[in-house]
Amino acid sequence: MLKIDDLKVSYGGIEAVKGITFEVPERKIVTLIGANGAGKSTTLRTIAGLVKPAHGRIHLQGEDITGLSPDRIVSKGITLVPEGRRVFPDLTVLENLKIGAYLRRDSIEDDLNWVYELFPRLKERSWQAAGTLSGGEQQMLAVGRALMSRPKIIMMDEPSLGLAPLVVKGIFDIIREINRQGVTVLLIEQNANMALRIADVAYVLETGKLTLSGTGRELLANEQVKKAYLG
Amino acid sequence: MDLTTFFQSCVTSVSIGSAYALIAIGYTMVYGILRLINFAHGDIFMMAGYFTIFAMSNFMLPWYVAIPLVLAMTALLGVVIERIAYKPLRSAPRMSIMISAIGVSFFLENFATYLFTGLPKSFPGIGFLQIPMEWGSVKLQSVSIITPIVTIVLVVALMTLVNKTKIGMAMRAAAKDFETAQLMGIKINRVISFTFAVGSVLAAVGAILYFSPRPMVYPYSGMMPGLKCFVAAVLGGIGSIPGACIGGFIIGAVETFLVAMFPTLSGYSDAFTFVLLILMLLVRPTGLLGEKMTDKV
Repeated sequence: MLKIDDLKVSYGGIEAVKGITFEVPERKIVTLIGANGAGKSTTLRTIAGLVKPAHGRIHLQGEDITGLSPDRIVSKGITLVPEGRRVFPDLTVLENLKIGAYLRRDSIEDDLNWVYELFPRLKERSWQAAGTLSGGEQQMLAVGRALMSRPKIIMMDEPSLGLAPLVVKGIFDIIREINRQGVTVLLIEQNANMALRIADVAYVLETGKLTLSGTGRELLANEQVKKAYLG
Repeated sequence: MDLTTFFQSCVTSVSIGSAYALIAIGYTMVYGILRLINFAHGDIFMMAGYFTIFAMSNFMLPWYVAIPLVLAMTALLGVVIERIAYKPLRSAPRMSIMISAIGVSFFLENFATYLFTGLPKSFPGIGFLQIPMEWGSVKLQSVSIITPIVTIVLVVALMTLVNKTKIGMAMRAAAKDFETAQLMGIKINRVISFTFAVGSVLAAVGAILYFSPRPMVYPYSGMMPGLKCFVAAVLGGIGSIPGACIGGFIIGAVETFLVAMFPTLSGYSDAFTFVLLILMLLVRPTGLLGEKMTDKV
């Protein structure tokens, strides 16, 4: 569904992503794991259109979307849940969800109900300013906000960052649920253990290059991965 | 000070204060979204004065044609300035864009001198703003009553726009976090242009109301009111629209009453505005309604 072909991205003279090629099949959960600075975030930010690639192509369902602006990418059906959640703290929970549907002109009532069904907590707090939510609730809001654009693919940048283990488990259950309902997921994580457990396809990214790939289960059993990422 | 002077000063301070409020909002809105003090804002205000002169005195347009035209031209000027002088510096350090703003300010002042000469031009009379009124012993022109009414209507409209509409929501989102706003599909440049257009329209309304009871416009007419309204925006808490209004009224009241109470100090009335700024910055740097300074990441 999403094809990344020999992607190279530079930041201020430093090549952060050095030619990676991978594919995200429809309705699957794909994960990129890797250490800090391996180029995971850069990859997602490039797909989302925030960063322009130096080289390589990105195709969505056969259509070249390389270098499009972020709003065009969103309208094509790719959304990014940014690292650190980045909810709008002064806007209410409901406004945050509405702004997720910014580009849509049709009725968002059904999607709002869908998000509230996935995260009943958000419904209780819909009139609260998003900045007053706990970290876990903010993560739910960030995911809900992304879903409001009705994405084909939802990309998530470190959704477990800074959350308590129990909350992390909740988030991963939701990721699986969203995927079961038909949304393709591209997930990057430092929490390799959790990510590999739910992933259909997994890649290991090391200093800008893909070094390993397989199903989540295969990589969980891989000696190298165990040593480097599962500790 | 007798009662007549007191009431007279009240009317004057409300009237001038609301004109200041309209201009101060432009500073605060642009700061809110770009974290930029738009030093050219006072000169946009001055240009609006000249646009009115040209529309009404040179082209003899009636006010109901001239005013919308002036508002549109000023909005366009604000948007064009942003495109040319600020947009290319979007990812530059904040100091660069500030210097660019000072440059635009000088440019507009000199450009106006070149185009319109340095000689003051008289501001055209707009009939409905100049009806003499009398209330007991207090004498005033209708503009003193119309200015606060127009300001209140515009501020309410603006608050509704910011808090209740989709573009307003996009403005608030962009003011907090450009990048995430982009991920929502918001076209940042369009939101910024819109902000400049709204700020400039308010400055144009302010210019018409401010210049109407005054005889002349000259190329540096925007400097002092511009600086005072910047002070007003800081007093009220820069970034906050209600704050800018309150700041405008405070500055208007302080300078009017100072002159009324101590006529010998009238030459220093501008200086007191800046003393007020310094005191505010010492006591409460974020202003009356300002939020804690949070840097945009």
